[in-house]
Amino acid sequence: MPPIPISFYLILAAALFCIGLYGALARRNAVAILMGIELMLNAVNINLVAFWRYISGDPAKNQTGIVFALIVITLAAAEAAIGLALIIAVYRSRDTVNVEDVDLLKW
Amino acid sequence: MQLQFVDLAFLIPILPFLAFAAIVLFTRRNHKLSAQLAIGAIAVAMALSYGVFFEALARGASLGKEPFHYTPLVWYDYGNAKFSMGWLIDPLAAVMLFMVTTVCLMIFIYSAGYMREKIADERGHSVEIDDPRYSRFFAYISLFTAAMLTLVMSSNLLQFFAAWEVMGFCSYALIGFWSFRGAREHHIDDAQVGRARAAALKAFLTTRVGDVLFMSGMIFLFIATGDLDFKTIFTPDKLNLLATAQPFPLAGVPWVTLIALLILAGTIGKSAQFPLHIWLPDAMEGPTPVSALIHAATMVAAGVYLIARTYPIFVKASEIGGPAMQAVAIVGAFTALFAATMGLAQDDIKRVLAYSTISQLGYMIAALGIGAFVAGSFHLVTHAFFKALLFLGAGSVIHAVGTNNMMLMGGLRKKLPITSLTFMIGALALMGIPPFAGFWSKDEILGDALRQGLAGKPESTLPLIVWGLLISAAFLTALYTARQIFLSFFGQPRDEHVYEHAHESPPVMWFPLVVLAIFATLIGLWNAPFFNGFFNFVGAGGIFGVEREFERGVFDQLALVSALISVGAALAGIFIGWLLYGWHPLRAGQRDPLARLGFFWTLFRNKYYADELYGYSIYADGSGRAGAFIRFVVGLASFAFTFDRRIIDGLVNLGGAIGRGFARLGNFFDHYIVDGLIGAIADVTGETAGGLRLVQSGKVQGYLLLALLGATIFALIYIAKSLT
Repeated sequence: MPPIPISFYLILAAALFCIGLYGALARRNAVAILMGIELMLNAVNINLVAFWRYISGDPAKNQTGIVFALIVITLAAAEAAIGLALIIAVYRSRDTVNVEDVDLLKW
Repeated sequence: MQLQFVDLAFLIPILPFLAFAAIVLFTRRNHKLSAQLAIGAIAVAMALSYGVFFEALARGASLGKEPFHYTPLVWYDYGNAKFSMGWLIDPLAAVMLFMVTTVCLMIFIYSAGYMREKIADERGHSVEIDDPRYSRFFAYISLFTAAMLTLVMSSNLLQFFAAWEVMGFCSYALIGFWSFRGAREHHIDDAQVGRARAAALKAFLTTRVGDVLFMSGMIFLFIATGDLDFKTIFTPDKLNLLATAQPFPLAGVPWVTLIALLILAGTIGKSAQFPLHIWLPDAMEGPTPVSALIHAATMVAAGVYLIARTYPIFVKASEIGGPAMQAVAIVGAFTALFAATMGLAQDDIKRVLAYSTISQLGYMIAALGIGAFVAGSFHLVTHAFFKALLFLGAGSVIHAVGTNNMMLMGGLRKKLPITSLTFMIGALALMGIPPFAGFWSKDEILGDALRQGLAGKPESTLPLIVWGLLISAAFLTALYTARQIFLSFFGQPRDEHVYEHAHESPPVMWFPLVVLAIFATLIGLWNAPFFNGFFNFVGAGGIFGVEREFERGVFDQLALVSALISVGAALAGIFIGWLLYGWHPLRAGQRDPLARLGFFWTLFRNKYYADELYGYSIYADGSGRAGAFIRFVVGLASFAFTFDRRIIDGLVNLGGAIGRGFARLGNFFDHYIVDGLIGAIADVTGETAGGLRLVQSGKVQGYLLLALLGATIFALIYIAKSLT
């Protein structure tokens, strides 16, 4: 069986990124936006791992891609924690998680 | 060591000053108390002065070289120089203290009566009313006395000058005493107010000319020696320094000559010598006690005392051949004769005495100028007594008859027995008839002048001229005094109304006259040739600061001849006076017999036109007019003022206008160009920001969208680039 070509992974990652981007841009709920961002980060992870597997040569000697992906996952966890904490704080003070209503930071 | 009077000498001037302060501050409303305060203060001061005087007498002639000198108070410490306040009592100062306090006390007592007037009220009753400013009068004369005593005792020239100026002020205030608002209600008419005002100003400004010169002399003295204390400057070192050093721009003139001449100018102003004599006759507008106190016995004497006090400077100046002493002698002798001629032609009883004062001061100054220090200072003392007596006598007459004009008097001898008797004693003293005081002192001056003039030395011409002038003045003195006596006390009344009104003055006024008459009779004997008391005290020990010894007056043939000549001149004067005024008494409306002098009479009567020429004439209606010289100076000043105003100020204003034009240009540039540029930058920035800030919506998804847009654009660019 021929190996799965890299483009399959890349198309999957692009689809996932686009779904996440749509979620981040189109949803009004702050939690949903956060979820969209998570999807985008995961799409990036797929890319990282795929390129590592297909391009780096001997996977046993070079773990750069996996480590990179692990760091991104860690970051995503931290980002989710902070993001959720912010959302809770906003909710407590303004009784909403709708980003349309949270627009104080303007001219 | 027991306490001496000399240690308490500082109280002598302080007491009258305290009286002045107390009257001004507290007892102004109580006339009687004010007068008592002033008289009491001067009486205590007199007692102290007598104590000092007798202590000084006990010390004897050695006091001349070693005077009491106390400077307990440092007035001002200024680097190397130190001005202190203190007192210096040498024999002359002791005698002056004795004289000033005695005369002042008599005048104070007299004033208590003089400043009170008897008038008829609306119901015809005779009531006595005080002068409306009775207390103020006593305050002023107390202050004046305090200043005179300070001056006599001062230990340094600065203190001397300060007292001198205070006297100048008091003189001003007292000459113009009857020039206040509302005076008319007190029987003083507008003309008199105007005259008093003008006379006060005239006196103040005329003496000021001398004062300024005296002050410059004092400043020069300080520059040259670095000190003003008499004890320091009258040391041989300092005097030699003064004689050798020369002021910077005046090469060839030593300091000592310059300073001596400037001091002489001060004396000319204060003692009313030619050419600054014009103020004294007009000063007679003041109340008569003031004339006696200030313009006969004390203040004008201060000018003579100044020369006596700074005599070492004059002696030094004459030793090195400067003209200082000669100038003193000439000014004095000339004034003595000059004033005597004017005295001949006056109708005002006080003005005659005023000219006589100027003339007698001329005697003293001439005496100092020819080196007859003892004779001059003795005449200063005797003159004070008999001139105060004469003035107070004249005041008593004026008080009795209500006019100063001798042409309206006549025959007053019967109405005013005490006044006329004491007045005649004073007159005999003034004329120099033995044994009255004036004879001894005046004869000593004349004798000294004659002795020096006949010495046959090259420098004896001047004393001879001085003697000639003074003996002529002595003749005229006797003549005008005889005229005065015959006109006022003898003959028939020329104005019945005035005569009817006349009455003898109250005891408070005639008592001082009697006391002064006793002094005027006896004081001369103190220095009679057979006794020589004054000489032994003041002259024998030499003068403080002067190297030269004075010769004892000897009673030899020359002295006898001189005495005979001077008495002869006086008797001739009296005889001519009797011929003209006593033999055929003047009747009402008759012309003055001396008017036959014609041109000279006009000249004398108009005071040589000195007022018209350069002084300031005061007319009977109280108006005044400046003389030609003053008007010339005023014209010059107003020309200078106009020049300043028009030309100098014009130039300055032009400069200002140009500057303002430039400033306006600068302002325009600043406002429109510089500010405009900065404003434009700000405006552009502001407008741009106003447009752009709308992008900042605050909506997170908007920002994300823009980021996506940017990323897309970059991606498209990248793709487009990689395709080509």
